[in-house]
Amino acid sequence: MPTPLTLTFKIWRQIRPDAPGGLDTHRLEGLSPDLSLLEALDVLNERLIARGERPITFDHDCREGICGACGFLVNGQAHGPAAETTVCQLYLRQFRDGQVLVLEPWRARAFPVQQDLMVDRSAFDRILQAGGYCSVNTGSAPEANSLLVSREAAASAFDAATCIGCGACVASCPNASASLFVAAKLAHLGQLPQGQPERRQRANALQEQMAREGFGHCGNHLECEAACPKGISADWISWMRRERWAG
Amino acid sequence: MSDAMTLDPRLPDGPLSTAWQRTRDNLPLISPSNRRHLRILVVGSGLAGASAAASLAEQGYPVTLITYHDSPRRAHSVAAQGGINAAKNYANDGDSVERLFRDTVKGGDFRAREAGCHRLAEISGAIIDQCVAQGVPFAREYGGTLATRSFGGTLVSRTFYARGQTGQQLLYGAVQALLRQVALGRVTLLPRRDMVELITVDGVARGVVCRHLLSGELEAHTANAVLLASGGYANVYFLSTNAVKSNASALWRAHRKGACFANPCFTQIHPTCIPSGDAHQSKLTLMSESLRNDGRVWLPALPGDSRPPEAIPEAERDYFLERQYPTYGNMVPRDVASRRARELCLRGRGVGPGGRSVYLDLADAIRREGTAVIEARYGNLLQMYERITGEDPRATPLRIYPAPHYTMGGLWVDYHLMSTIPGLFVLGEANFSEHGANRLGASALMQALADGTFIAPATVPAWLAGAPQPEVGVEHPACLEALAAAAARLRALLAPAGRGRGALPVDGFHRELGLLMIGACGISRSGPGLRQALTEVETLRQRFAEEGGVTDPAAGGAGGGLNGELEKALRLVDFFGLADLMLRDALAREESCGAHFREEHQTPEGEPRRDDARFRHIAAWEHAGDAPPRRHVEPLTYTALPPAARSYR
Ligand SMILES: Cc1cc2nc3c(=O)[nH]c(=O)nc-3n(C[C@H](O)[C@H](O)[C@H](O)COP(=O)(O)OP(=O)(O)OC[C@H]3O[C@@H](n4cnc5c(N)ncnc54)[C@H](O)[C@@H]3O)c2cc1C
Ligand code: FES
Repeated sequence: MPTPLTLTFKIWRQIRPDAPGGLDTHRLEGLSPDLSLLEALDVLNERLIARGERPITFDHDCREGICGACGFLVNGQAHGPAAETTVCQLYLRQFRDGQVLVLEPWRARAFPVQQDLMVDRSAFDRILQAGGYCSVNTGSAPEANSLLVSREAAASAFDAATCIGCGACVASCPNASASLFVAAKLAHLGQLPQGQPERRQRANALQEQMAREGFGHCGNHLECEAACPKGISADWISWMRRERWAG
Repeated sequence: MSDAMTLDPRLPDGPLSTAWQRTRDNLPLISPSNRRHLRILVVGSGLAGASAAASLAEQGYPVTLITYHDSPRRAHSVAAQGGINAAKNYANDGDSVERLFRDTVKGGDFRAREAGCHRLAEISGAIIDQCVAQGVPFAREYGGTLATRSFGGTLVSRTFYARGQTGQQLLYGAVQALLRQVALGRVTLLPRRDMVELITVDGVARGVVCRHLLSGELEAHTANAVLLASGGYANVYFLSTNAVKSNASALWRAHRKGACFANPCFTQIHPTCIPSGDAHQSKLTLMSESLRNDGRVWLPALPGDSRPPEAIPEAERDYFLERQYPTYGNMVPRDVASRRARELCLRGRGVGPGGRSVYLDLADAIRREGTAVIEARYGNLLQMYERITGEDPRATPLRIYPAPHYTMGGLWVDYHLMSTIPGLFVLGEANFSEHGANRLGASALMQALADGTFIAPATVPAWLAGAPQPEVGVEHPACLEALAAAAARLRALLAPAGRGRGALPVDGFHRELGLLMIGACGISRSGPGLRQALTEVETLRQRFAEEGGVTDPAAGGAGGGLNGELEKALRLVDFFGLADLMLRDALAREESCGAHFREEHQTPEGEPRRDDARFRHIAAWEHAGDAPPRRHVEPLTYTALPPAARSYR
């Protein structure tokens, strides 16, 4: 049996978007290091419920790092201290016995807090609506192998396409920029032959929508790359800057 | 519905190979100018829902799409790893529509409709075309053509993939097509809403009631056709490979309004998952089946052998799948691998905490090909395993155990994907179609996209072209009635009744239900076990009604505001109903077929014994209020290939 841990949680509580918020402190003893951080929050919520208190709200679903629903700051770091790991895949064995964990929601003007650790990320979908797709109706697709894509291009497009839309890049950026999110989508479609016809228009439309949503500009801090749970490279942001003039 | 209900599957006559084409050629059409008056409501934004919504909007229908996620991109399809099948024969290895069709029928152990399976195989190629056009970055060969691999023990290479994230990439393609229609104003997205009731007018589906998860408000949304694409119900077992919020509520609410539920007991338990450990574990993570290509499954030959696996010499290891199935070895189908692992663990041979796992050992493969090759092949899987368990699978064998994964059962639909409620269509994992008693690997994504991209966009307009429908607005008595029914259910769960009520977390009850169900209606089922579970589920349900329930500390009003416990409670109540039906279905099916293994029906070697004389049919259950549900039967006929017994020895 692994040695159980005691952890102190300071968690942001805020009932409504327009209500004031603050940190609540909870101490949990006897936690198995094999629990995930979200499971520790489940344990805490069970206790809160038993005491008739309001449980902590946080977004989550797949709990295996792929849906992008989860995400909050752990001691100021988006998704916590582990590299390329969403917060749902963070296990307590990452932490020291007696450690204090401060959990706060993403902080960004374009991501208003809904409740506690849950924010509104619908701005991301509106950015994609501005042109993050290939305009092809069902039924009009050519035979799949009529488009040849080199292994390298496919793999590179795939790497960019693995973005899960969690918002960690925004949360970790001093300017709350969504540049990595936007660049990843442009790099996914822009490297494939399917994405060429609308390439330039897409690059402009997504970046304009990003600004309209209230995200900041990229200041080359590269915090986004460090925080990205999918390891998406910030090089795509410089690539994106050239895209506006692409063919 | 009357006692003497007959199920009309509306199957096409004539040769199978041209059946779908002939059906489509004769479906009525709607003029483009009339389409904009016919609203279609879709529940779910997974592959099935997103592709149906986009494809129908492209044709000119106004579409409303409801999902409980904050964004359609998070639907559970995103988690699919391995790949998607299609009969393209790019590998030139003898694959064909005919072969994929036969594999699907056989894989389903002759409990699926031939016509549906054939159509699925026919459509499979066009799905890949569509996905590629959307920009899905599938794996490629050096020459730039699409790469394929073989999957789940098939002899041909027909599985298309995008590293270990095929579902994610397919979903993003479908969701991007959906968002394009949102931008064009043809699709209205309603995220963060749970469907809690179906609205019917004169027995026809005309809308849904949903609960806004942030405001807590109930809303009615009406339409001329309703499409449920809400995914599978494996979370009836609490712990499964599904996302933790995956649920059966949309299906169960529709069932209670008259939609028959088909083959609810057909559920697939996947052999290679990370086992459960801690009492607070919230989900089971799938390790792709592809690991069985290189991993050898074994247990210590001596029961209770507590040495670390590396210290156990070769001669004292039992490679039980290789021993029991010399031909297929570690590659036996999912149900067989799961059953054998469970059996040995029950006999005290298992390893790990509670003796609830078996070893999957990559050591031989690493010795043969080197760590680098194995790393390149399974890199992200090995990392994921290491992250979750804290153990390095390159140095010590992985520990795996079977986990509920996929549900073949679902709402009964005819060949047009329409349920027994006219105007209610069911797509993707939510319906029961095509996989029979067992689904082949990489065929669920194919089916979800076939339903959403090509089938529903042909058959739903045909329904709309039929009888003219009365206008139904949200003031219609049927809407008010459904809203009132939903509000009453919320009140019952929120009402502060009795001491201690509301102090017990909903998950505790759900966990208990899950344990009951996995024990009695999981990998292996028996008459006495199922009967006992029926009583136990009912007792638990009553206990939840008395002691369970939810408080509402956030807001004064009933159901007001965000309330995660209330969401869970609403889902759990529906899982109770479904659990009861699954047990009845498993009890009534006195045979072993596919993933349904009844201990009473096996050969002396422990292999399943199918009973075609009595059970070559689909069981479709009709809700009957407080009376027990009624079992109806749709017989199955096979013309293309004669039902044969499966054998993997
Ligand atoms: C871990 C894992 C790996 C898999 N790998 C593969 C694979 O490699 N190949 C393969 O073919 N298949 C695989 N499958 C199976 C396959 O992923 C699913 O069967 C398929 O994606 C289901 O798609 P769907 O569109 O029917 O439903 P889902 O993708 O589950 O979508 C359901 C939608 O309904 C919504 N919803 C549900 N209930 C409600 C409600 N009450 N109110 C409002 N909205 C609701 C959800 O928000 C979601 O948008 C895998 C499954 C799992 C769990
Ligand atoms: S819960 Fe899905 S990525 Fe964390």
